[in-house]
Amino acid sequence: MSNIGLIIGHEYWTRVSKKSFIIITLLTPLLMIATMALPAWLMTRSDTEEKQIVVIDKSGMYGDLFVNDEVYTYIYSGGNIESERKNHSEVTGFLYISGDLTADSTAVTFYSDKQASAETVNHLRRTLNQRAEQQKIDASGIPELKEIMKSVKADISVRTVKFDESGKEQVTSAELAEIMGMLSAILIYMFILMYGSMVMQGVVQEKSNRIMEVMVASTRPFDLMTGKIIGVALVGLTQFFIWVVMLLISGSIIAVALGSHYGLNINPTDMMQAAESLQQNGMDTEILTAVLGYDFKKMLILFVLYFIGGYLLYSSLFAACGSAVDNETDTQQFTAPLTVFILFAMYAGIYATNHPDSQFTFWCSMIPFTSPVVMLVRLPFDVAWWEIVLSLAILVASFIGSTWVAAKIYRVGILMYGKKPSWKEIWKWVKYK
Amino acid sequence: MLEIREVSKSFGEKRALDKVSMTIADGTIYGLLGPNGAGKTTLIRIITGITMPDSGEALLDGKQVSLDMARRIGYLPEERGLYKKMRVGEQIQYFARLRGMSQQEAREETEWWLKRFEIETWKMKKIEELSKGMAQKVQFITTVIHRPQLLVLDEPFSGFDPVNALQIEEEIKRLNREGTTVILSTHDMESVETLCKEISLINQGRIVLQGNVEEIKNREKENLFEVTLLTAEGKKTEVLKKADGETNNEFLARISKEGEVTEFKEKLPSMNEIFIKTVS
Repeated sequence: MSNIGLIIGHEYWTRVSKKSFIIITLLTPLLMIATMALPAWLMTRSDTEEKQIVVIDKSGMYGDLFVNDEVYTYIYSGGNIESERKNHSEVTGFLYISGDLTADSTAVTFYSDKQASAETVNHLRRTLNQRAEQQKIDASGIPELKEIMKSVKADISVRTVKFDESGKEQVTSAELAEIMGMLSAILIYMFILMYGSMVMQGVVQEKSNRIMEVMVASTRPFDLMTGKIIGVALVGLTQFFIWVVMLLISGSIIAVALGSHYGLNINPTDMMQAAESLQQNGMDTEILTAVLGYDFKKMLILFVLYFIGGYLLYSSLFAACGSAVDNETDTQQFTAPLTVFILFAMYAGIYATNHPDSQFTFWCSMIPFTSPVVMLVRLPFDVAWWEIVLSLAILVASFIGSTWVAAKIYRVGILMYGKKPSWKEIWKWVKYK
Repeated sequence: MLEIREVSKSFGEKRALDKVSMTIADGTIYGLLGPNGAGKTTLIRIITGITMPDSGEALLDGKQVSLDMARRIGYLPEERGLYKKMRVGEQIQYFARLRGMSQQEAREETEWWLKRFEIETWKMKKIEELSKGMAQKVQFITTVIHRPQLLVLDEPFSGFDPVNALQIEEEIKRLNREGTTVILSTHDMESVETLCKEISLINQGRIVLQGNVEEIKNREKENLFEVTLLTAEGKKTEVLKKADGETNNEFLARISKEGEVTEFKEKLPSMNEIFIKTVS
């Protein structure tokens, strides 16, 4: 009887019940949201500290321009910088206008003791710009110039419409396809790397704990390896599904919160209605329609399939690497080629977002070492079913092959202690009967 | 019965075992001796089915040993190891289940052993919280939990204080009385003398000495006698050598000239002496 089931259970539960797993699983999405939301939140927060600015206008043209508001208080003065500095020691800074700004756009300088904040400088620049533009328009002698300029401005956006299988038009968004593809590619890359090295660490730990000998006297090395690989895969999938559920929950919470914030009637179950409401708010409905037209179910299923396939391929090789060494610092020599493959897959994926139909992308979505990442990038750009099936079949065949080779290395490697084996020796292990 | 027939194993150029044969009868405690690097661990790994011999065979009850027999064999390797993050109870049960016990059985056996060693309070402790000696005890339980028919113990007493070593020794004896065959690999010659009936001494991959402990001692004896004499100066004990061809009576007559013999005992070599003499 095989012990794989028992080992899967052991590997799974010891990892999932760890405090660190629970904390990381719950905190990662929050951290990701925080890293995205924090800059946005900071941007909306303007500096409300009151600022006093002394305006020294030598041109005499801008005397009425600066009007006090909640933040900025202006003090007009005709003196020079040195004397004003003595008079006003508490102010934020001194705006020195030396001449006509329509003639010389550099005739203005801002002096301050502390480095002036970008916000303050921008505020002053905008105010002066508006005035200078207005002056130039007035000087041109064409009274309707402002309207003319507005009317000649062009703002073109290209709508992308795709014909679906039945020939119907479907609104899509190239940007969205790109984002979705990229996102799942990054996710799969991270997962393979993370859980692949988790398998390797597990193997190395069992070796350095010297528990390996007891284990191999109790069960087959093949069971031990596959049990560990599958157990860790289940940990990864558990984490992924927890994240998906968290995303869905927080998504609907945000939708509801946004709806009430804008006084709109957004019902998360009726997103089309939400789209209409948002249109009234000036949002681009087409992106939203594209989001809704997007086949999430297909994407999710294929994501899981490619994750499992790519993970099994890489993790079996990671397990073999782990079995060949005694401690984690020695693993690098053997993991380096694997890491190069994964990195290459990532770069191929980035390339594929811009060239989804190129020959190179096609082949990368067939080669098992790159297909999990590259195919996911291609998916939103409509890939023929036969291509997906073929690429998955190649992936399955290769992980069966890699598991077979890895099991051979593993079987010998786990009982080898002391000297680090060379590549030649590892090849010999594969050939042992 | 465990039969090893002309087992050889090489690692690259190095010949770890060279045509090693031995027969271990059911219900015995068999000593496997030899200096470091002699090939004991390789032999043990072949007996436990972890590695396959290049040639020859190891048969347990007439059948080639393999990992499928894991549940009939209990193996305590010299390099001890447990899952550090696991709790004592879980750990023992996990090993019991890996070797084919049902969940119910595994739980009951675990309770029984924890009680026997009076360590029930450790059940929920993690291995990393235990001292080395405590962990060794847990390791011993994981080795015998599935009631193996053959027990292979590699240096079972190392790391134990005298009290605990004695407790382990008693357990080994008890299991043996109940029918378990024990293979004891050790450098501790004292425990060989007290426990083992038969031994094999391996050096550089070959068997250099094999057989019943008493017979070996008699074979290796050097006609030394421990004699206590009462002389004019008082009582003295010395080790004297009997000359070749001399009978005991002639020898006794010769030494009694020096004084009155109050004690006269043939001195058999200890396993320690035999070991050193044979190996060096």
